[in-house]
Amino acid sequence: MSIFLDSDTPVIVQGITGKMARFHTKEMIEYGTNVVGGVVPGKGGETCEGVPVFNTVKEAVEATGAQASLVFVPPPSAADSIMEAADAGIRYCVCITDGIPAQDMIRVKRYMYRYPKERRMVLTGPNCAGTISPGKAMLGIMPGHIYLQGNVGIIGRSGTLGYEAAAQLKERGLGVSTSVGIGGDPINGSSFRDVLEEFENDPDTHIICMIGEIGGPQEAEAADYIRDHVTKPVVAYIAGLTAPKGRTMGHAGAIISAFGESASEKVEILTAAGVTIAENPAVIGETIARVMR
Amino acid sequence: MDIHEYQAKEILSNFGVGIAQGALAYSPEQAAYRARELGGERWVVKAQVHAGGRGKAGGVKICNSDSEIRAVTEEMFGQKLVTHQTGPEGKGIYRVYVEAAVPIAREIYLGFVLDRGSQRVMIVASGEGGMEIEEISAERPDSIVRATVEPAVGLQEFQCREIAFALGIEPKLIQQMVRTLKGCYRAFRELDATMVEINPLVITSDERILALDAKMTFDNNALFRHPQVAELRDKSQEDPRESRAADGGLSYVGLDGNIGCIVNGAGLAMATMDTIKLAGGEPANFLDIGGGATPERVAKAFRLVMSDKNVQAVLVNIFAGINRCDWVAEGVVKVLRENPVDVPVVVRLAGTNVEEGQKIIAQSGLPLIRATTLNEAAERVVAAWRADTNSNTNLKAV
Repeated sequence: MSIFLDSDTPVIVQGITGKMARFHTKEMIEYGTNVVGGVVPGKGGETCEGVPVFNTVKEAVEATGAQASLVFVPPPSAADSIMEAADAGIRYCVCITDGIPAQDMIRVKRYMYRYPKERRMVLTGPNCAGTISPGKAMLGIMPGHIYLQGNVGIIGRSGTLGYEAAAQLKERGLGVSTSVGIGGDPINGSSFRDVLEEFENDPDTHIICMIGEIGGPQEAEAADYIRDHVTKPVVAYIAGLTAPKGRTMGHAGAIISAFGESASEKVEILTAAGVTIAENPAVIGETIARVMR
Repeated sequence: MDIHEYQAKEILSNFGVGIAQGALAYSPEQAAYRARELGGERWVVKAQVHAGGRGKAGGVKICNSDSEIRAVTEEMFGQKLVTHQTGPEGKGIYRVYVEAAVPIAREIYLGFVLDRGSQRVMIVASGEGGMEIEEISAERPDSIVRATVEPAVGLQEFQCREIAFALGIEPKLIQQMVRTLKGCYRAFRELDATMVEINPLVITSDERILALDAKMTFDNNALFRHPQVAELRDKSQEDPRESRAADGGLSYVGLDGNIGCIVNGAGLAMATMDTIKLAGGEPANFLDIGGGATPERVAKAFRLVMSDKNVQAVLVNIFAGINRCDWVAEGVVKVLRENPVDVPVVVRLAGTNVEEGQKIIAQSGLPLIRATTLNEAAERVVAAWRADTNSNTNLKAV
């Protein structure tokens, strides 16, 4: 098993005809992902990368039974596309788009809560690299070949740091159950805590690797959850030890603006919750290997 | 994006928030003229810079005459104002705002922020106006009133009344306070702000509620739908390198160290800086070249990093997913052929098209130091920087 995404999960790509979307749709299909269609308003009836294109997500779901969606839509209409997916009955949505206005995301989150929990869509991202269950399927823009299939669950805000962790694990012959990018935006679909819960309940995940960074309360919230509810070992790395206060470091959400938001404070809070800290990004793999032994 | 006080006041005033009468000036003569236009006999002259803490730094002066306004503003114009928020280099004063002084009975702190915990807009208020919110939360945390806004329906009147009563505002002024709060929220919501701060919001002795200072920050991601807000950008208040970077699709933050960094991805960029520090070096900058970087963008990034005179070594660290190592390598080779540098350059490539990238670096004939892992890259750049600075010192000694 894995979380969110399996080899047979039927996937659609919203905004499939864009240049980047086409390239990554192809990569996903080559990786073995069950891509069943795409959605671009006004291009219904066309075919793209060998799959049918639909005008609306609803039509795509009716025709293909799609359960997951990858949103590759430009920032001005990305929020709208996510809500369309939520309304059409998509179960899991990954949004890659970087640059969605924060208030659009507030609206998206509020909108998703209109649905009862049993039919509420799970969203990860935006501004993330996506989700991969190695050897099964990928829903995102990551280089698939750097992941081995295995039992480490990865949750990270940063895409490239997630790659770094996966590559270091592969060097040691260690694999990944699922790697989930939650994205670098201040308002995101799922938090560390949400994904930790999924990994805790996934029998194929034996250890969890959490890659955080400066800014926001989600690492501290995760620490509380780990202390009270997670039985599996957790290894964490927090980026931004050298980041100055009050400056945005690339990710809109990476800014130290309150207590508990600096890297050293997050490290302290996580350590107190029983999490093993990788002191620097070059020893993430090594630290996980040590904890697993 | 930040804007000036006078711009924030104009916006808030259009949404029904009370402000004192004031006008903008670009010269001492104009400042004195503005004061005469406003009338009265006391004015407050305020340096317009994008930073808090102006009062303590000498950027806000009370004047009682024309000649005083001229003298005070002569001192201000063209100077750098250094406050606790600007850093030691300060921010240039090119505009001043002249405001009619008002009789203050009470000062209140009022802030609207994007609260990441509740994922909603949050109102933060305190009866302890005039102090920074950090000071208030350290010294008088019990004085802080908070409320979050349900995004589907917006800020409700009862919430405004609750805040007003909690702040101890007199019943006859409650309606004015409700109007102020609702105005701020509408401005925040309709213009995609990420912060509105009025500190202080004052109650005057003639019972008006006025924003005496105002700060607004806007969501850069939403500027595309607010051209009238985007126009308010003042490049004189930005670090020139950071503005240039932003215009070229790069995300750059200048720091105090001497090892320049060129990285893809914000998280990896921060992690690279951390690793350099742990290896005994100091990063000169944060730089994320973003996804899908072309050789041109990489070259631009290189020139940007080298424009910092403190840079004595450079580390290029790319883990390509959506990027391509061969393009990055091409960019590095191209820029170094065109503008050779006299500092050591370490290149670490991983991910998509890594073999092609390595080949381009190896066959370039340039003295590039290669590394395969992040750790190796950081250690090599710090070692190369040490060796290079030592040999330079030796040369000077000879």
